[in-house]
Amino acid sequence: MGVETQVDGAVLSTGPGVEDFVALMKPRVMSLVVFTALVGMVAAPGNLHPVLAFIALLAIAVGAGASGALNMWYDADIDRHMARTAARPIPRGLVTENEALTFGAVLAVTSVLTLGVLVNWVAGALLALTIAFYIFVYTMWLKRRTPQNIVIGGAAGAFPPMIGWAAVTGGVSLESIVLFLIIFMWTPPHFWALALYRCRDYERVGVPMLPVVAGLQETRRQIVIYSLLLVPLAVTPSFVGLGGLVYGATSVMLGAIFLWLAYKVYRTREGRESDRAAKRLFVFSIFYLFALFAVLLGEQLATKLTGFASFGAAVGS
Amino acid sequence: MNLMERVSEEQAEAERRKRQRMRSIAIAIALGVLVVLFYAATIVHLGGNALNRPF
Repeated sequence: MGVETQVDGAVLSTGPGVEDFVALMKPRVMSLVVFTALVGMVAAPGNLHPVLAFIALLAIAVGAGASGALNMWYDADIDRHMARTAARPIPRGLVTENEALTFGAVLAVTSVLTLGVLVNWVAGALLALTIAFYIFVYTMWLKRRTPQNIVIGGAAGAFPPMIGWAAVTGGVSLESIVLFLIIFMWTPPHFWALALYRCRDYERVGVPMLPVVAGLQETRRQIVIYSLLLVPLAVTPSFVGLGGLVYGATSVMLGAIFLWLAYKVYRTREGRESDRAAKRLFVFSIFYLFALFAVLLGEQLATKLTGFASFGAAVGS
Repeated sequence: MNLMERVSEEQAEAERRKRQRMRSIAIAIALGVLVVLFYAATIVHLGGNALNRPF
């Protein structure tokens, strides 16, 4: 981390360290993006040379990092006042806003060009769309204006498996749209669970998250509605040729737990217990998405490596 | 400026130089990786044709 030395009230900045720029890229978000993109690549029909597959994943990771840096640049003013984001590099004074903007812009352009030139331009265009959507549509336009911010903005986080799929096939198809829709539907209950117990943070900085604008109870109701849409949708890969029996069973089982936790959030309305219920759903939602994609990956790899189709055999194919 | 202040400023200056050096190394590595990736991808795209050169 960049260090600041205090000398009789004067602050001597030592400048940003490499790790501060890494923190700007939101490494934890990047890891989930890379993982879902990898699943899209493995699930896609056809083959991509391992070198090109590695380049595609690296470009997607860097593109996600660019989005993170540009988001931190634009949101620096509100990040300072929120407990969850106050320790980010810009609010702490470790990186200047200009440094973050330049860093993000260079990474964005480099990642899109690399993916487009070296892999294919459909994947490159989708990556450009993802970055642009996250920065211009979500961060700059929707986030501070409407409680639907994360519903529509969630599309940005849902694109990576489509990019991975496009890297292999050079196109978009029903299966990749299903993967997109799963993450798209997962985003609202995931973020609203977080917003339920971070409500005051958002209120203080004027971000119109659903609990701030429509109240806690309406948010709980919306969480249940989106969970009811998400869980059946998450089973559909088994019917479109993406997932097999293991995926189907896992999806149903974890979906039932997801719905139960969403119901608990809806029913638990008072005191610390309500915060605890929201935290439980938030944490489980991360595991849920990770587990679904991990099982899908496992099945696809088992099918491709062994040729034994019943692992990944689609129920409907 | 007393001795303590000078020592602190010198420490900060040394730290600043160290961080600048680390940033420069990181940029150099990133550019090196980019060059290698473009080279490797070019070879992959050319495939067997890379060796098929008319004399």
